[in-house]
Amino acid sequence: METVELVGKQFELDDDGHLKNQSDWNEEVAKEFAKLEGIEELNDRHWIVINFMRKVYQEKGDAPSIRRLTKESGVDTKELYALFPKGPAKKAAKIAGLPKPKGCI
Amino acid sequence: MKKLVILGAGTAGTMMLNKLHNVLDKNEWQITIVDQHETHYYQPGFLFIPFNIYTCKDVIKPKRDFFPTGVNVINSEIDKIEPKENRVLLKDGQVVGYDQLIIATGAKIKPEETEGLKEELWYKSIFDFYTVEGACALRDFFKNWEGGKLVINITEMPIKCPVAPLEFSFLADWFFTEKGIRDKVDIQFVTPLPGAFTQPKASAILGDFLEKKNIKLKTEFGIARVDAENKKIVSWEEEEIPFDCLVTIPTNMGDDAIERSGMGNEFNFIPTDKQTLKALEYENIFVIGDATDLPSSKAGSVAHFQADILLENFLSVVEGREPNEKFDGHANCFIESGFGKGILIDFNYDTEPLPGKFPLPGVGPFSLLEETKMNHYGKIMFRWMYWNFLIKGLELPIESQMSMAGKRA
Repeated sequence: METVELVGKQFELDDDGHLKNQSDWNEEVAKEFAKLEGIEELNDRHWIVINFMRKVYQEKGDAPSIRRLTKESGVDTKELYALFPKGPAKKAAKIAGLPKPKGCI
Repeated sequence: MKKLVILGAGTAGTMMLNKLHNVLDKNEWQITIVDQHETHYYQPGFLFIPFNIYTCKDVIKPKRDFFPTGVNVINSEIDKIEPKENRVLLKDGQVVGYDQLIIATGAKIKPEETEGLKEELWYKSIFDFYTVEGACALRDFFKNWEGGKLVINITEMPIKCPVAPLEFSFLADWFFTEKGIRDKVDIQFVTPLPGAFTQPKASAILGDFLEKKNIKLKTEFGIARVDAENKKIVSWEEEEIPFDCLVTIPTNMGDDAIERSGMGNEFNFIPTDKQTLKALEYENIFVIGDATDLPSSKAGSVAHFQADILLENFLSVVEGREPNEKFDGHANCFIESGFGKGILIDFNYDTEPLPGKFPLPGVGPFSLLEETKMNHYGKIMFRWMYWNFLIKGLELPIESQMSMAGKRA
């Protein structure tokens, strides 16, 4: 089992390197995961995306695609890539403490 | 008489039609199938057309050849489904009521979703190979092409047959080698994914094949637009990749009728129970094939495995029982790798593609995640199986549920 030490605590990770137990997640953990992804500070726009992802996950059991984020989160695609470089849906899911979106099949 | 309506007569819809026609009591059920097109395409064959391996004739047959007698066939575009009224409105003005509905309206490419893609360079130096028109235009372009930068680009996931872009790249390597101009063709595979494929083990192995064949891999590239004037694709992060020939796999979406009906997600795919294949929000609707939002591959083999599950669950539901058959996400794909060889992968929701052997009574075993001539023959043989068995709903010697037999974990 892969683990990572953040804020002085051990966290279990799944095969994709995402948080295994969602109950481990809190805003401090999110900030640490963001740093691992090269995002030094989470601003209000990051949090809009993170909170939207968590909301969709609770409703649907899967994190949203970039297309759904663009359509419904209030943050457009260009900005999503600026906030979460390379893979916004995957990266934001990781910081939000959610598994990798299943849509990436 | 109870009414069963099937929307869409592609691979999934035609298969379900034949399977259900064989088992439902004709005095009890009237079956109707609706499709706006009269031609059935063998879509896996499109890949081979640009390289002159198949002609258009090899991938086309009239849909009516596969409709059993006694079925009500309606040749019309679907306007919308009204699930609360249990009816479907057609573009030709007809209103079709149903007791049970099976949606098999598929997925199609939407190049217009990407800025600049379907504009002045379309079918001049930008092509798709997910339509017969695109595949034929590309074949004509390759005939006289003297080389340059060939860029294969996946716009966004999910797409139909996620291995097809890789197969296209492998075949391009072979095709231009045979033509004697491989040194003049720079092949680049550009994907929004972090690797060559969606699943880690297969991604690593297929990535090695790309490298071995001197195909450059560019990952995590999300295309924002095409700069037609400078012949470049530009990412959301303003990275640029120049091309002389762009082979695009545009955004794939479900049918427009699903959007008009308000039944789809952001891609117009219908939220579907990943095990029973029932529409999540409607009691008397099943969904099959590319039209679903399932986290399984959008491919004919997947629709085929789903069809067996859907048949059992449909019969349970109409007899008042719970739908107990469970689809496991099984997919089985022959990946053509060029030079008369192929690679086979077999996987489901929980088990990613693994190396080993794939047993098939009478024919196999095939090698998994290895390049062999046998796998190529499997792929070629499959077209015959498709037209003669699969689409007619006849049994194939392959289980719906994935098996671990032969696989090395």
